[in-house]
Amino acid sequence: MAQGGIGSSVKRKEDARFLTGRGTYVDDIVRPGQTHAVFVRSPHAHAKIKAVKTAEALKAPGVVAVLTGADLAADKVGNLPAGWLIHSKDGTPMVEPGHMALVADKVRHVGDQVAVVVAETKDQAREAAALVEVDYEPLPAMVGLAQAIAPGAALVHDQAKANTCYDWHLGDKAATDAAFAKAHKVVTLDLVNNRLIPNAIEPRAAIGEFDRVTGDLTLYTTSQNPHLIRLLLSAFTMGVPEHKLRVVAPDVGGGFGSKIFHYAEEFVTLWAARRIGRPVKWTATRSEAFMSDAHGRDHVTHCELALDKEGRFLGLRERTLANMGAYLSQFAPSVPTYLHATLLAGCYTTPAIYSEVRAVFTNTVPVDAYRGAGRPEATYLIERLVDVAAREMGMDRVDIRRKNLIPKDKFPYQTPVALQYDSGDYQATLDAALKKADWAGFEKRRAEAKARGKLRGIGISTYVEACGIAPSAVVGALGGRVGLWESAHVRVHPTGSITIFTGAHSHGQSHETTFAQLAAEKLGVSTDQVEVVHGDTAKSAFAMGTYGSRSLAVGGTAIVNAIDKIIAKGKKIAAHLLEASEGDVDFKDGKFTVRGTDRAKAFGEVVLAAYIPHKYPANLEPGLEESAVYDPKNFTFPAGCHICEVEIDPDTGVTQVIAFTAVDDVGTVINPMVVEGQVHGGVAQGIGQALLEGAQYDDQGQLLSGSFLGYTMPRAGDLPSYQVGTEVTACTHNPLGVKGVGEVGAIGSPPAVIGAVCDAIGVRHIEMPATPERVWRAIRDAKKA
Amino acid sequence: MPSISLRVNGKSVRAEVEGRTLLVELLREKLALTGTHVGCDTSQCGACTVHVDGRSVKSCTMLAVEADGREVTTIEGLAGADGKLSPVQAAFAEHHGLQCGFCTPGMVMSATDLVRRNPGATEAQIREWLEGNLCRCTGYHNIVKAVKAAAQAGGK
Repeated sequence: MAQGGIGSSVKRKEDARFLTGRGTYVDDIVRPGQTHAVFVRSPHAHAKIKAVKTAEALKAPGVVAVLTGADLAADKVGNLPAGWLIHSKDGTPMVEPGHMALVADKVRHVGDQVAVVVAETKDQAREAAALVEVDYEPLPAMVGLAQAIAPGAALVHDQAKANTCYDWHLGDKAATDAAFAKAHKVVTLDLVNNRLIPNAIEPRAAIGEFDRVTGDLTLYTTSQNPHLIRLLLSAFTMGVPEHKLRVVAPDVGGGFGSKIFHYAEEFVTLWAARRIGRPVKWTATRSEAFMSDAHGRDHVTHCELALDKEGRFLGLRERTLANMGAYLSQFAPSVPTYLHATLLAGCYTTPAIYSEVRAVFTNTVPVDAYRGAGRPEATYLIERLVDVAAREMGMDRVDIRRKNLIPKDKFPYQTPVALQYDSGDYQATLDAALKKADWAGFEKRRAEAKARGKLRGIGISTYVEACGIAPSAVVGALGGRVGLWESAHVRVHPTGSITIFTGAHSHGQSHETTFAQLAAEKLGVSTDQVEVVHGDTAKSAFAMGTYGSRSLAVGGTAIVNAIDKIIAKGKKIAAHLLEASEGDVDFKDGKFTVRGTDRAKAFGEVVLAAYIPHKYPANLEPGLEESAVYDPKNFTFPAGCHICEVEIDPDTGVTQVIAFTAVDDVGTVINPMVVEGQVHGGVAQGIGQALLEGAQYDDQGQLLSGSFLGYTMPRAGDLPSYQVGTEVTACTHNPLGVKGVGEVGAIGSPPAVIGAVCDAIGVRHIEMPATPERVWRAIRDAKKA
Repeated sequence: MPSISLRVNGKSVRAEVEGRTLLVELLREKLALTGTHVGCDTSQCGACTVHVDGRSVKSCTMLAVEADGREVTTIEGLAGADGKLSPVQAAFAEHHGLQCGFCTPGMVMSATDLVRRNPGATEAQIREWLEGNLCRCTGYHNIVKAVKAAAQAGGK
């Protein structure tokens, strides 16, 4: 194995700059002559705008411009597009109301952008923003899902009748109903998948810049996918061709999905920069982030599981109301549909599944992909149903799962909801997790806790997810308006160092290290010789960026394919230098050798020959750099088993997670240290969803949990140390055998936590977040019953 | 505008600041020390943590004028003059205690104060101490591991 190659826990190349304060995040950048933007945001959830008066603000010290929706309309720019088209059951396309970057007609959520003030300093912009006077005529706020679809509800968008964006379904209804008709037992459950606020610790920020001489526009922005932002700016919001647009996403401080989308503010900084001819900078305050970053989850679901006498699953059906918020964020329509209902087989052999999803507009912040996006919602409802089924059938929670897991000899496995899983061994991850968590020894620990006056419970979840998104043709057939391939360019420099240009973006994922390991493995070089460049449309070729645990499975495959082209060319050069036939040349451990002889050329010698081609094949171009693009053949399907153990104080309802075990199959592991870190972070977000986090609106649409004072972020003291392990079945359709690890922690963990809470207090179900108040009430209600 | 003198990372600094200027604004905007980050507006996240006279302080919670005459250390001033990482910085790299890097400067400054004060800190004490520093990437596991290792290695 090459030093630092696949499978070794190489220390991160990115750490030196981050640990010494030399990272460069957007807010750290200062452009010459830069001005500062502050947005005027709606204090109302739903109101007509009668007038926007800017005269006083324009007179304030330092103000350069005050721009409103009327200015956008005059310039015919600024309509943010949706990236996915869903069709309703009856074949009609979803309602696409449009989303103006500054609204002129009416505001639809607290925080909606009405105007922007640009001034010499941030303080001046803030002070002048307070002088912009907006006359509002308040309208009834549609906050909850039930309220928004009730007869006579006020309309968030006039064209969306009953506030419905689409009413969609998937699966064979007749077959599923038939399965339920013959069932021995039907288990039903109503549950809520709570609305979450992503809260990457770096708030969003943007700097727009306009070059008066060339007409070139540059946007620095906190994005997971700068090329996608450039495409949307070009084709939709700005209408400027790509060759005049550059988008740079430098170091980005976490994303978790919330930095995928093309947001109003980044467009506005660029548009304002063009209007005033100077750079315009905007950085969100945390309070703004709460009311303007796309939120996640927010499903209200009724679900049912049909079982036979032995506890085998015969059918599953569900009806979900999915909150879209006030506007369609880019990928919002796909999250409760193709990223959710297609996962409803989970890791089980359930033969018949039917899902109905109605997407609803409300006067709340738009909802879109957040770590896991649709798959945590699917996993949660399946695993909660399975737990309740075990309880009501009098079966053991592990036995009922074991009985229904897809056996390892059944792959590739076609589910009844479109997906075909390529590989997996669900019994193996289950067995490993049970052992690691000492499931068998739990009752002893429960008794010991009881002696201390604590209620101890254990919960389990077995899951599969679909990631490595995604085959472009499949995505297109399902309504996606983009391709989802990835690009790579590998440049070997004359003296042997290597630059990898990737379209994937690293905002915590450690690509600068793990992608370098791919080159180390394949070319026999040290990772120190390899630099990974990302995050700048002027440097890397067009590609789709980082989300859906796709960077390695799709982007990494593109890198490997480019490296294979380098090796193929190197063999031609080596054959010429060694006076051998190309077919007799092998490449291994950084050396080209002639089979059956001791003749060899080191990689470095061949590289040098490519650039100083004094002795060189006649029909070969000098130089050594190659590009590749990779469009995946299928999704990848990580899977695993998570086990959680909690202790509850019955007097206060406070739940403490005592132990958390995760055994995941994420395919081939490139860097175990990085993989474990990704699982830790995902599990923390899952525990956060299960016990702590939840966006709260009042009935007027005011976001009560609008800061870190009101929204419970997981802190170090809320979380345990985790036990993490991996089992490997290789993905069968990419050369590395990799599946993806970014989201598994957030997908597998919430049902394990809730299962543990239910087990501790002996209830059938408890809603997330299981706050001390909810738990305390559940304990009290159980006693009464 | 008030004029203040202080030492930042061992160097004398004079600056004219408005009364309302926060220490973090002085550091980031006037002194271009952008390693100190701002992650919230309610003094909850701790990304802006620096040392004032050797003790960790959230620099969004302190006015620049309050730093007059005092000694401020930021993440840029933690490594040795030769570039050698401090024990806490080195432990974060060794134990993968950072991912996106945004909360890291505040975490490292806060942890550095802890291991100086309590070199024998237990896991529970470390978790309690870090209550004022939010991280969304690591789930804290490797941060706690790094701080423990640094404490055992003698801190600083």
